[in-house]
Amino acid sequence: MNLTLKIWRQKNASDKGKMVDYKVTDISEHMSFLEMMDVLNEQIINKGEEPVAFDHDCREGICGMCSMYINGEAHGPDRGVTTCQLHMRMFKDGDTITIEPFRAAAFPVIKDLVVDRTSFERIQQAGGYISVNTSGNTQDANSIPIPKKDADDAMDAATCIGCGACVATCKNSSAMLFVGAKVSQYALLPQGQVEATDRVLNMVAQMDAEGFGNCTNTGACEVECPKGISLENIARMNREYLSASLKG
Amino acid sequence: MALDSKTPKGPLKDKWTDYKNHIDLVNPANKRNIDIIVVGTGLAGGSASATLAELGYNVKAFAYQDSPRRAHSIAAQGGINAAKNYQGDGDSFYRLFYDTVKGGDYRSREANVYRLAEVSANIIDQCVAQGVPFARDYGGLLDNRSFGGVLVSRTFYAKGQTGQQLLLGAYSAMNRQIARGKIEMFNRHEMLDVVIVDGKARGIIARNLVTGEIERHSAHAVVIASGGYGNVYFLSTNAMGSNATAAWKIHKKGAYFANPCYTQIHPTCIPRSGDYQSKLTLMSESLRNDGRIWVPKNLDDVMAIREGKKKPTDLSEDERDYYLERRYPAFGNLVPRDVASRAAKERCDAGYGVNATGEAVYLDFASAIKRYGTEQSKIHNISNPSETKIYELGQAIIEAKYGNLFQMYNKIVDEDPYRTPMMIYPAVHYTMGGVWVDYNLMTTVEGLYCLGEANFSDHGANRLGASALMQGLSDGYFVLPYTIGDYLSNDIRTGKISTDTEEFEEAEKEVAERIKFFINNKGEHSVDYYHKKLGKIMWDKCGMSRNEQGLKEAMVEIKALREDFWKNVNVPGDANEMNPELEKAGRVADFLELGELFAKDALDRNESCGGHFREESAELDGPQKGEAKRNDKDYAYVSAWEYKGEPADAVLHKEELEFNDIELKQRSYK
Repeated sequence: MNLTLKIWRQKNASDKGKMVDYKVTDISEHMSFLEMMDVLNEQIINKGEEPVAFDHDCREGICGMCSMYINGEAHGPDRGVTTCQLHMRMFKDGDTITIEPFRAAAFPVIKDLVVDRTSFERIQQAGGYISVNTSGNTQDANSIPIPKKDADDAMDAATCIGCGACVATCKNSSAMLFVGAKVSQYALLPQGQVEATDRVLNMVAQMDAEGFGNCTNTGACEVECPKGISLENIARMNREYLSASLKG
Repeated sequence: MALDSKTPKGPLKDKWTDYKNHIDLVNPANKRNIDIIVVGTGLAGGSASATLAELGYNVKAFAYQDSPRRAHSIAAQGGINAAKNYQGDGDSFYRLFYDTVKGGDYRSREANVYRLAEVSANIIDQCVAQGVPFARDYGGLLDNRSFGGVLVSRTFYAKGQTGQQLLLGAYSAMNRQIARGKIEMFNRHEMLDVVIVDGKARGIIARNLVTGEIERHSAHAVVIASGGYGNVYFLSTNAMGSNATAAWKIHKKGAYFANPCYTQIHPTCIPRSGDYQSKLTLMSESLRNDGRIWVPKNLDDVMAIREGKKKPTDLSEDERDYYLERRYPAFGNLVPRDVASRAAKERCDAGYGVNATGEAVYLDFASAIKRYGTEQSKIHNISNPSETKIYELGQAIIEAKYGNLFQMYNKIVDEDPYRTPMMIYPAVHYTMGGVWVDYNLMTTVEGLYCLGEANFSDHGANRLGASALMQGLSDGYFVLPYTIGDYLSNDIRTGKISTDTEEFEEAEKEVAERIKFFINNKGEHSVDYYHKKLGKIMWDKCGMSRNEQGLKEAMVEIKALREDFWKNVNVPGDANEMNPELEKAGRVADFLELGELFAKDALDRNESCGGHFREESAELDGPQKGEAKRNDKDYAYVSAWEYKGEPADAVLHKEELEFNDIELKQRSYK
């Protein structure tokens, strides 16, 4: 198929940036979206111009590096996929596709489609861990049975890949799904209880300090999340936060 | 230089305990004055960084990605082995050790493997304490599954995302230390050289991938945990950015590179669909717990399927050839990866491949769905369940076990694997070879360590499934923190290492000149043009089977390609900015050298062992006809190559392997 691409080009963080049009031809429907971008870049390089910079790594939907806002949707039109898992069969010959970076005040653009998500790192550093040293002397892994449902729910929350689609999608650029997922994972496990109060207070404080907005209650984040992280995690975080604030 | 593995004396089972009891320690006050650089933040580098920082050292960690959590360990699917014997099925440290040495076709170092088996149980305890949500049964205890090449269930898992959960565990431990200021994290930084002062590794040169700035970083010791070199094939299950640059740079500065020809070609990957393909996607080995591999018995059916006249589900049981069950009745679909891959290639070469390219076999879940469905209807007291009901109940079980893998397959191939068998084909996945290290995980350069997939030590010529995660975390959490202390105990009076020295100056200059060359060259071809060409040579001549002629040709062709690369490569953009093409150029330049050494090593090893299959060395008759033929008399050694300029001039050093606690036998899975 032949396509017109409208792509955000921005030389660096201080450049103003603009949309630029490109044409690509003979794109196979079996290609992944990023393979289509590879074809475009090869074409740009052979013309002696500078290719489009974009983040990507594993190309199998788990590392969370890829982050394109395609036709107004984080990771594009398909559901339950990252940009790298999006396939060209979702598009038609002659389509015009708009490609932008994940936009949010807390995700400044570094170059073209590459954004800086270190705000997520700082939130994790504020409490996204259990304080246990590596010793080889922790108790046996089976000494505390954990109900299967709790373990499964913790796992579902823990599958967050930290891509930032939730933030890019939210009108308020809220990071509550991301933070809620981490808070929930530990809140559901006995090992997470000891530090539960401080964890939720500190992570939420850091989230606010980074400039992420409030929850809109529209649930767009859940729809666009490539890993299907549920809104229940935001509700659980709110409960944890309330009870921590009352204790605190 | 004679290679000394520094393996402790004494009985195998006491070596590690005894070693720990006698090493020198660094007191907590002195640890605060010692800096350690860790390159790579996957399971090995991440767990090492966290543990070293907990101990009190000042750690500087480097990742080319924007966060430690993105390292490619994240993509490991199936599980992690540990000799816990929770299933009571006869597992033990010795059995895990035995399976790993046998699985590696007797080409790994006994003492290292035994230590790995010993600490495996601690890993599970540690990860559970960190909040890793492993799969559990209804009693709330940890669940296990089976992996290839073993007869027990010792694999712990978190759905099909075990690597992700373990890495996030190590990442969380890192975050705790980053918050305390004990780890200084350098995201979007790439190590481009190691700096050696008076024979000791004392720092690195790194490029800030956002600004393009070249930086000097010093430390008392340098740890490389940068993963494997599977991307030398261009197409592999590795991440796009996975590279050998850190490992290759230290090789060029004196670290020997061991067994480069030992590569794992994983049997169950989604087949390639066209020339534009940028990477291959793994379907976890865990699927072989429940999936059955087959091709049609008759070539007529193969043709009908390729032409779309028949569907795989149209074929009756006796029209199918479950070739692994036929050839290897004892292990069936759970033979080790090298064996399963060669068997798939054998069928496809014989013309039985089931897709348009002729390079695909089926992985079928229909009988597992039926089996689970029947079991579930009994559990739920459903009498006379309909076929549909059984299917529904069975599908739910399969979905709970492998849901994310089935979804991945569906998104890529656009077929529903619950309804029709998956198509799979072998692809490059893991490299057992790597930087040579001694028992302390130190390379042939003092103070320079290498962990995880980047080193060579534990998997011999073939790695068993679910053992990479085990090795990465074992090296980082439980081995290096001891061994590096013994070395650093001599460094407590050294003081801060200055970066304002001739050695740093020299290394930085070299790095800067190479970058300048790439930017100014303005040649004809893109970096990918060369990378794809290299990949094709590697796959055709150093792939699943190798022979003398092909390997000799590969060496000549790679050298010619390298020379052309240095004349004609085109790198757009500037040095002082984010420039992904420039990053790739440096990595491909290193692959173009490594590939040649790979072929040279494969040529030297005129035996078949593990993932290295030499056509000249196969069983010609008897019950093992066609299977790989190992040659212990002439090749029971580790090939450690010393850099001498051109890869073809590398000098071979041998570490003879001694087996005192295990009998060398033909590796039979029949």
